Amino acid sequence: MWHAKTSRMNALAGIASGDRGVRLSRGLLLLALLTVSATVCHARGRPSPDASSQSSAFQWTDTQWGRVLLMKDYNTRIVIFGVAVLGGASGLVGSFTLLRKRALMGDALSHASLPGIAIAFIAANWFGGDEKSLPWLLVGATASGLLGVAVILVIRNQTRLKEDAALGIVLSVFFGAGVALLGVIQQMDTGHAAGLEGFIYGKTASMRAADARLIAVTSLIVIAGCLVLFKELKLLCFDEGFAGAQGFPVIALDAGLMTMVVLVTIVGLQAVGLVLMIALLVIPAAAARFWTETMWRMMLWAALLGTGGSIVGGLVSALFPGLPSGAMIVLVCSLFFFVSMMLGTRRGVIIRLIRRMRLNRRIDRQHLLRAMYEQLEKSSGGLDDSGLAERAKRRISVSLGKLLSMRSWSRRRLSRAIERAVEDELLRIQDGACKLTQAGFTEAARLTRQHRLWEMYLIAYADVATANVDRDADKIEHVLAPEVIDQLEDLLDEQGMTIPVPQSPHGPLGSGEAIGVLGTDAEGHAGVEPPHDDSGGHQ
Amino acid sequence: MLNPPERNDDANLPTAARDDGAGADVPLSVYDLTVAYHRKPVIWDVGFDLPAGQLIGIVGPNGAGKSTLLKAVMDLIPRASGRVRVFGDTYRENRHRVGYVPQRESVDWQFPVSALDVVAMGLYDKIGWCRPVRKKHRQQAREALGRVGIGDLADRQISQLSGGQQQRTFLARALVQDADLYLMDEPFAAVDAATERAIVEILRDLKERGKTAAVIHHDLQTVPEYFDYVVLLNMRVVAQGPVSQTFTQDNLQKTYGGRLTLLDEVTEAMRRRESSL
Repeated sequence: MWHAKTSRMNALAGIASGDRGVRLSRGLLLLALLTVSATVCHARGRPSPDASSQSSAFQWTDTQWGRVLLMKDYNTRIVIFGVAVLGGASGLVGSFTLLRKRALMGDALSHASLPGIAIAFIAANWFGGDEKSLPWLLVGATASGLLGVAVILVIRNQTRLKEDAALGIVLSVFFGAGVALLGVIQQMDTGHAAGLEGFIYGKTASMRAADARLIAVTSLIVIAGCLVLFKELKLLCFDEGFAGAQGFPVIALDAGLMTMVVLVTIVGLQAVGLVLMIALLVIPAAAARFWTETMWRMMLWAALLGTGGSIVGGLVSALFPGLPSGAMIVLVCSLFFFVSMMLGTRRGVIIRLIRRMRLNRRIDRQHLLRAMYEQLEKSSGGLDDSGLAERAKRRISVSLGKLLSMRSWSRRRLSRAIERAVEDELLRIQDGACKLTQAGFTEAARLTRQHRLWEMYLIAYADVATANVDRDADKIEHVLAPEVIDQLEDLLDEQGMTIPVPQSPHGPLGSGEAIGVLGTDAEGHAGVEPPHDDSGGHQ
Repeated sequence: MLNPPERNDDANLPTAARDDGAGADVPLSVYDLTVAYHRKPVIWDVGFDLPAGQLIGIVGPNGAGKSTLLKAVMDLIPRASGRVRVFGDTYRENRHRVGYVPQRESVDWQFPVSALDVVAMGLYDKIGWCRPVRKKHRQQAREALGRVGIGDLADRQISQLSGGQQQRTFLARALVQDADLYLMDEPFAAVDAATERAIVEILRDLKERGKTAAVIHHDLQTVPEYFDYVVLLNMRVVAQGPVSQTFTQDNLQKTYGGRLTLLDEVTEAMRRRESSL
């Protein structure tokens, strides 16, 4: 039973964490995206969609669903294209703001734009203009959005309030004012106010081709901006101080980034809605982070995810005019996010669990082998490490109970470790007791040696070593690289301490586990949590 | 919080920095520099001329304004008053001759870049606006990583580096700047012994090639070993000069007030060192 479980676990670990797994999951996602884009291109590529479908009396492509999904209408096509470019641009800009830790600025901005839209509407109505003219409404949105950002900056710089408080104040006050103004518009006798709700929740169905073109062009400008300023913005997000010291104008760069956020947010209002615009700025970028450790890859992924989410959300909203596209886009994006969070090949939850499990297993195995070795040493008395002694030691078997008493590990955990060691032919079980194989003995001797070198080093150089162990203090013994072992040997050699497997520096075997100064005892390894406080030297 | 040490008129008073503008041979000259956050002064009337081609330690207690001083020198924060000359001109004019190592804690090490990417950032100014990082730049960055002894970790994401390796990455980034004056903010903070040795070696190598390095340093015991010249700072310059003359218990007492229990140890360490010479 153990065997079955173990091999299953191994298989899982192999698939999800190996190169194969990485490629597989990436491939699947790419495939999904390709399918979407292929559908889009296919539909768009047809010279005359109506002509080809006229031949048969009834085709699903003639239904409203078919028409939308294959994007037979010029309007649908251009709207979806506009939204797709918008999604890509938001993914790129969002990556920068996320890394700059200014993600919520976009949220405040979009909420703050509502009163501007309402005032622009009222003003247009007053002066007899076209109160539904998108560019005019967006001018209002931009003005009040920027005013909101300015107020945030003033609050942050002129008072002792922190940015989050300033964001909360501006976001709610401006949005509240906007909602109040919308109420005023409802009371006016023009009766056109209904269209404004599209700005709150997003409504691709109500977009005109001209609107979509405006969105697409603006988004393309933003994408170009992100690509051209990639290097500078990367430096700004990573190390503002160094950027400034090198003479890059930090404030101007921040302003540039903010301008791009403004552009994306404002043109995205109609498609996504001001309540949920922040989702398109944050979610694709955050999801992309799970897949890669490289910035340009992260931005590529964010752009793809943003595009995918926008296309799907936009299509659904075009199909069902009652469904706000903002909500649809958010739902699709959050699905992407959830999948990324779980399956992400670099930082996903599953890969981390697997890594932790593997480390724990390795540590268990090392503890088991070392416990075996120490028992053998004990029973074989003062024999040195000659070949004869090795054979003598290997003949000794150690009972499970004995092993169990050597560390504070549970019977279950120990038996599992033994199962796995047997599977890997490091250990044999005879008459209910464990014996090391040739390979097992070599490995056990190596591990014991490593452990004791490390202990001796700590004892000899503890005051230096505490700083040396930095991040891996808790598990350092298990991750010592070969070159570190070499260095340790050199060091201890100078002290005249080198022997094949040195005697335990802390006296009688089994009694001195407490000397593992840096928490090398069994329970300390249960997690891959940060090292204990005694790693020291961090002040 | 901190009371500035009493300004007394004995020989240790900063003598440097007349306002006649330092010559091009003075790497860094500061005169009457005052910086305030929210109207509370952090450094006050700081003035000194750093000697060229030496390793200079900037030493003082927490909150003494050491980082603030470096940042004010590089125009990263506004100055309330004062003048800064780098090789006889403004920082802006000569910034290409200055390399900077910020505090390691000042950035987010989870950022999705590799060690090589970080080092290449030292070249961004030379590469110029909107131009991509090219192969020769990456090669330069790789060499710098080799110089600090972590050439094999170039492609590793920075969160996968240990604290010492991260510090070396920052140092490599300053090295590719190929500057004449290096300003380093606590490069020795929380690094392992091997990294500490590597940094010291690099500092000495820089000195050999005629460069100047001003290094904020916390470990008083190593000051006489690592540095030629020292600036003792606690809001004001308490004392400055060659280590052998300036780094005295008296001056340290003035810098740290009564708060330093380590002082006796340091004096002891210095005495031992002198007697061994």
